[in-house]
Amino acid sequence: MAETGIGASVRRKEDNRFLTGKGRYTDDINRLGQAYAYFLLSPHARAKINGIDTGAAKQAPGVLGVFTAADLAADGVGGPICGWVVTQKNGEPHKSPAVSALASDRVNYVGEQVAVVVAETLTQAKDAAELIEVDYEPQQAVTKMKASLAKGAPQLHDDVPGNLCFDWEIGDKAAADAAFAKAHHVTKIDILNNRLIPNALEPRAAIGEYDSGTDSSTLYTTSQNPHVARLVLAAFMGLGPENKLRVVAPDVGGGFGSKIYVYRDEIVTLWAAKKLGRPVKWTAERSASFLNDAHGRDHDTHAELAVDKDGNFLGLRVSTLANVGAHNQIFSTATPSYLYGCLLAGQYKTPAVYGEVKTVFTNTAPVDAYRGAGRPEATFVVERLVEKTAREMGIDRTELRRRNFIQPEQFPYQTPCLVQYDSGDFPLLLNRGMEVIDYAGFPARRQASASRGKLRGLGLSCWVEACGLAPSAVVGALGGGVGQWESANIKFNPTGSVTVFTGSHSHGQGHETVFAQIVSEHLGIPVESVEVVHGDTAVVPFGMGTYGSRSGPVGGGAVYKAAQKIVEKGRKIAAHLFEASVEDVEYANGTYSVAGTDKTKTMAEIAFAAYVPHNYPLDELEPGLDETSFFDPMNFTFPSGAYFAEVEVDPDTGQVTILDMVGIDDVGTVMNPMIVTGQLHGGFAQGIGQALYEQCVYDDDGQLLTGSLMDYCMPRADNLPSFKTEETNQPCPHNPLGVKGCGEAGAIGSPAAMLNAVVDAIGVDIDMPATPEKVWRALQSRAQAAE
Amino acid sequence: MPSVSMTVNGKAVTGEVEGRTLLVEFLRQNLNLTGTHVGCDTSQCGACVVHVNGKSIKACTTLAVQAEGAEIITIEGMATNGDLHPIQAAFKEHHGLQCGFCTPGMVMSAADLLQRNSNPSEPEVREWLEGNICRCTGYQNIVKAIQAAAQAMRG
Amino acid sequence: MYDFNYHRPKSIDEALSALSSASDGKLMGGGQTLLPTLKQRLASPSDVVDLSAISELSGITEQGGAIVIGAGTCHAEVAGNASVQSKIPALAALAEGIGDPQVRNRGTIGGSIANNDPAADYPAALVGLGATVKTNMREVAADDFFTGMFETALADDEIVTAVSFPVPEKAGYAKFPNPASRYAIVGVMASKGPAGVRVAVTGAGQGGVFRVSAMETALAGHFSAEALTGVSVPADDLNADLHASAEYRAHLVGVMAKRAVDAAG
Repeated sequence: MAETGIGASVRRKEDNRFLTGKGRYTDDINRLGQAYAYFLLSPHARAKINGIDTGAAKQAPGVLGVFTAADLAADGVGGPICGWVVTQKNGEPHKSPAVSALASDRVNYVGEQVAVVVAETLTQAKDAAELIEVDYEPQQAVTKMKASLAKGAPQLHDDVPGNLCFDWEIGDKAAADAAFAKAHHVTKIDILNNRLIPNALEPRAAIGEYDSGTDSSTLYTTSQNPHVARLVLAAFMGLGPENKLRVVAPDVGGGFGSKIYVYRDEIVTLWAAKKLGRPVKWTAERSASFLNDAHGRDHDTHAELAVDKDGNFLGLRVSTLANVGAHNQIFSTATPSYLYGCLLAGQYKTPAVYGEVKTVFTNTAPVDAYRGAGRPEATFVVERLVEKTAREMGIDRTELRRRNFIQPEQFPYQTPCLVQYDSGDFPLLLNRGMEVIDYAGFPARRQASASRGKLRGLGLSCWVEACGLAPSAVVGALGGGVGQWESANIKFNPTGSVTVFTGSHSHGQGHETVFAQIVSEHLGIPVESVEVVHGDTAVVPFGMGTYGSRSGPVGGGAVYKAAQKIVEKGRKIAAHLFEASVEDVEYANGTYSVAGTDKTKTMAEIAFAAYVPHNYPLDELEPGLDETSFFDPMNFTFPSGAYFAEVEVDPDTGQVTILDMVGIDDVGTVMNPMIVTGQLHGGFAQGIGQALYEQCVYDDDGQLLTGSLMDYCMPRADNLPSFKTEETNQPCPHNPLGVKGCGEAGAIGSPAAMLNAVVDAIGVDIDMPATPEKVWRALQSRAQAAE
Repeated sequence: MPSVSMTVNGKAVTGEVEGRTLLVEFLRQNLNLTGTHVGCDTSQCGACVVHVNGKSIKACTTLAVQAEGAEIITIEGMATNGDLHPIQAAFKEHHGLQCGFCTPGMVMSAADLLQRNSNPSEPEVREWLEGNICRCTGYQNIVKAIQAAAQAMRG
Repeated sequence: MYDFNYHRPKSIDEALSALSSASDGKLMGGGQTLLPTLKQRLASPSDVVDLSAISELSGITEQGGAIVIGAGTCHAEVAGNASVQSKIPALAALAEGIGDPQVRNRGTIGGSIANNDPAADYPAALVGLGATVKTNMREVAADDFFTGMFETALADDEIVTAVSFPVPEKAGYAKFPNPASRYAIVGVMASKGPAGVRVAVTGAGQGGVFRVSAMETALAGHFSAEALTGVSVPADDLNADLHASAEYRAHLVGVMAKRAVDAAG
């Protein structure tokens, strides 16, 4: 099975349909009798709604219905929910304001959904929406976190005094303070982690459908986790029960976290379909996606590192403000708390770490998990601070890191930030990265750039993250509202082919190929004979979906365990056919045998016997070859890496050109190197986007200044270099495949490496994104300071 | 309502449209050719790229009526008799796609490049893709695929 | 998009007739700016008159010491035209840098200059090369054609038919693009030729394209980048946005002007 099993770069089974235009995304689906929904969005960042007159819109041509919050309230339909209770310093739970699925008496951000029009055509719906009269009473908005926390600030929610969502801490404050008291040197840094807009290329979309004959509903939607969507819609929005609701997430064009959540438009579309007795389709326009898809990041942090005279880290203190936007969503409390604070130790054995985070409501779109979710922010704090410490102490940055690394023999390693790292070899990553980037040759390269009037810089980032979201017991203890296992069902067909049903969801990651490889490897059948099905609650047993780099370690683990169950059942069938005892039946590469005999049966023969049980131990064993497994691992996984970036700055314009980007990763066992490398490339591009190009900007009135691709700069092909990637791969010790997860790695490690490179080039600290003007201004200020 | 006629992937088609109907809407809704995608509303993302009279254009920034009498090729018209076009094959071989949403536009854009330049350098490919955004791949494997396709097509 | 009546005339006369019978008609070249505007519902013309089928508007010819480009010629044709490449390579390079390949396959020179987006490239080419705009009524010097942001000297019933570029002795274009839209934050065309020494700046001015007389004077003495050292433009009347402040744009005008002169060789 070497060509198609685990470790082979099997070409993707899903590619043919995407390459020939036969992918089936939500907007490609059309249902008989379908009507179209269009949402009226708030033009104000903060306003009271004194009334909404839908009379004229209801009379417009083709209009089937115009609905507002009052209609939803009458039917008891709930709004977006928060899925994680964070316990504050004072022991109280975080504040989670009640939110309805359409704005009721006030709006709190530009783009908030206020009303929906459903009409025979999309154009009619749009035309009618212009006829809705909303009596807004605009009020002063607040978009900046410090301003929102200030006395006298506009209050977003009656039930959230001071706009504070939570004030939370992690680590030992007294221990950290004691470390600082004995420090030889303290490095301080202020960091803004820029707000981002995920911009999966497929805009969100939904089709709701109701069958009165069976009193059941179907929602086709752009979701990363259809079962979770069904659970939430049934339990909190009143659109269930679960056994009367089917959620289908067909081909989904990228997610990056932004399609985890159950959004208002999805809730309303599903509800309207039942209300009107017609299938209702809604597709976001990109300009609306900018306004009301969940945004990412947006931290304001002060951090300090205490160091002894030899450069040993003694203590770390971090204080962060995190913007959650106008209201909570599923992971908006978990992301800036546990997914952030637990990683503040980085790759270092810093004995005392203390972090505190205040999350703040503002009149901006909700902020939630976006590729990396908290871990890019943590890495950025640690690695910017370490780099600055090296500069201030005059110690080589690689040497300073090396002195403080957790050593390979120290695993499992309990950090001061709750988590226990399971495995890794941080010096190995660093050493290999230095070779690949030619660290020793950098001074000469810098000199060569200088001779051409350019400023060259090299930066690095040595990072570790926690992903493979699981384990349920830990997540539950920390406030998470759901289980974090994954399920898989392997169904052998009588003629030898296999269908795998997984609760993970692929929206670019290649599950249809990789999960088939796992089955191929363990059941000894060709990868072509394995079909992987995902994304439909009507056919997949259950699932928690895909986020937090969990599909490989958790979803893959479930597939593996189900395959083992198949092997074990097959062994019993084989024993019967061989007239041997089960203990004597050996299994390898898809074939059962009895040692010392020439008796063999292939897995296909066993499957046939299981479904055509003419000679079968029916008194001991059920027919059929169909096994389900739920896998709930005992720990997170901890991928790590050493990333190096080399840039050149044009001092005349401030333009940064990327010359080299090297990523050495430990993502555990690699199941498909081609796919893993692709995931890393994509992560690099998003991380570099954050470092150099992307920024979501609101003005003080809460208008989004970067509301289209004309102003929000997505990295293009000509902005990026060819990346150099290698993996060192220490297998994860606590999942059966040894997999650590690779989906978020690139986006977690690369922003710090890239910004450190820019800072190295220009010699001045700046914030992301390092836009030309910002770099140019930094150079001007340096020149003035030198005068 | 105006009627519009054109040839799409070698087949003559006619349809009723409004003046404002975009070519991409005509392809997706009237002809059910849903391989051409809409990823933005400002003509930036390139998911909607098709060929009109042999040149790549953005079908979201072209009216259906403007295509009267034109020869249109969409992603559905690239494979022949079930065999992937060399560009499609190279995207598969070199993992030039992940979620697949930008892919049709990328392939159509690349096809226009390769008919102008049969041996583009890496910078030439990257510059050509200025009008195509991919959020998944970081572009590296797309560039590699296009260069490999160029080589395969040169023979 | 609001609906409109669509016209596709075969001649300028037919176009004028369609325009005059419309209550609020709008001419369309390649539609690469107009259609996005209509999609955002920022305009609602009663009629759209598509000029793309008028054969007399397309084509590139050499006439005397000038290159004459039909208004309906798309950017890709200008960029790839052998005459333009050999006689005014700076113009070919400018056209090659507009938008992206798909926009260049449809967007036209006539449409671009009639729209006069303050961040578009062509206005810098016309003013920087001392071009003449030909319409169905008259010929207008580029200096008089662009009258302000999104405003031109065109009358309501006037259609651009061609642009005549005198072949310069040397010319260069340098652009610092907006990283997202790829429009010019600052674009500078510098030339020396029958129209004198010219430095025209797009992207920076609140009123659209403008000439920098101080730079032209400096270059008239010696057409070299060094001659521009110390010559700057004030930031007072320059655009400021998320991507570049007025002060930064003023600085970039100096940098891009030098690069344009260097590119001119």
